Amino acid sequence: MPKKLTSLLSILTLFFFSNLAFASESSEGEQTHGGAVDTQEEITAYIKHHLQDSHDFTLFTLGESGKHIGFPLPVILWDDGLHVFMSSKFHHGTTVAESKGNHYAIYHGKIYRTNAEGELNFDEHHHPTNVRPLDISITKNVVGMLFAGFLLIYLFGSLAKSYTKKSIPTGVGRVLEPLVIYVRDEMARPNIGDKYYERYMPFLLTAFFYIWILNLLGLTPLGFNVTGNIAVTVCLALFTFIIVQFSGKKDYWKHIFWMPGVPIPMKIILMPIEILGMLTKPFALLIRLFANITAGHFVVMSLIALSITMKATFGPVAATGMSLALALFITVIELLVAFLQAYIFTMLSALFIGMAVEEHDHH
Amino acid sequence: MYNLIGAGLIVIGGGIGLGQIGGKAMEGIARQPEAAGKIQTAMIIIGALLEGLAFGALILGK
Repeated sequence: MPKKLTSLLSILTLFFFSNLAFASESSEGEQTHGGAVDTQEEITAYIKHHLQDSHDFTLFTLGESGKHIGFPLPVILWDDGLHVFMSSKFHHGTTVAESKGNHYAIYHGKIYRTNAEGELNFDEHHHPTNVRPLDISITKNVVGMLFAGFLLIYLFGSLAKSYTKKSIPTGVGRVLEPLVIYVRDEMARPNIGDKYYERYMPFLLTAFFYIWILNLLGLTPLGFNVTGNIAVTVCLALFTFIIVQFSGKKDYWKHIFWMPGVPIPMKIILMPIEILGMLTKPFALLIRLFANITAGHFVVMSLIALSITMKATFGPVAATGMSLALALFITVIELLVAFLQAYIFTMLSALFIGMAVEEHDHH
Repeated sequence: MYNLIGAGLIVIGGGIGLGQIGGKAMEGIARQPEAAGKIQTAMIIIGALLEGLAFGALILGK
């Protein structure tokens, strides 16, 4: 285990260095351009761009030529029919893509239908009024989710298969088995109860490992920010919400709509409060995961950017050293946060399910 | 400007809350080291609930 940990740490350090190299590369590029570029604004735009989803997979940008190194992803649109083409047609949002007679342009990460020149019409709030087709593209986040999904299927498929041969798993399974048992014995069983916990194990395990892997994936310089995307966390929390509502026993609904043991006026007052509580539970789940991961990414990127912003004050060596030390420190904390957020999401899901299936014995 | 002040207030409130939770949990663990695991779990859950509240306020204020 310590050996694995050190190799993990060294990989992370390597990733960090590569990130730093790209960052300083682009800053040098700005300087050779010689124009009055606002570094602060540039960095803010860079971080904001990283936090968003995108239609192509850009690994890094060469500073001098502004060339994007990466690969295009398929764009799938439902407009007046199915339109499928590669995002390289957009040339990183600079040109109009043509597909079956329709023209599309990207504006602020969203695809709009335009004319052949790519003109966009704006209303008074500066929002485009062009038609937005239904966008079901394989974006960068979708690639991340698919990767995590297939990784889970592969890892746990091989783990399950290894049990048919002998009762002790080998390889990665040795790390996964204690975690599976941890989820079962520390989260599911105490919170849901011995009677029902088995039914919810698949969901809890999937949520736990899926969130954990995606959180860890976000710490690599591939630029994934999947669990820091509010649409993803909304979906995850929606699963918990639906499962809780469908596993709610008679007592659960009774406690929401007609609280036992209190006077009638109180029952009426408590009903809207309980309904609100029913909705705020998954809301807190989704906001917590989203905000934690976004904040983590933001802090790491800002600390890396320190090497650029502090260069004038402290000199390149001191600025890079400081940014390296701080960013490494935060990245190690983020490793803990990645696990903790997966833990908390699963733990609270188990807790909410446990509250729903609980059967009270009234005296 | 005002939302920055609001964010500062949220962080102060959240900090007080987390300090209370963490401090009391440590007291509890010091008194009963054998219950450390249970106290820790409860601490993390309460901490997470508090965090959800603070983050919710931060996002709404943005």
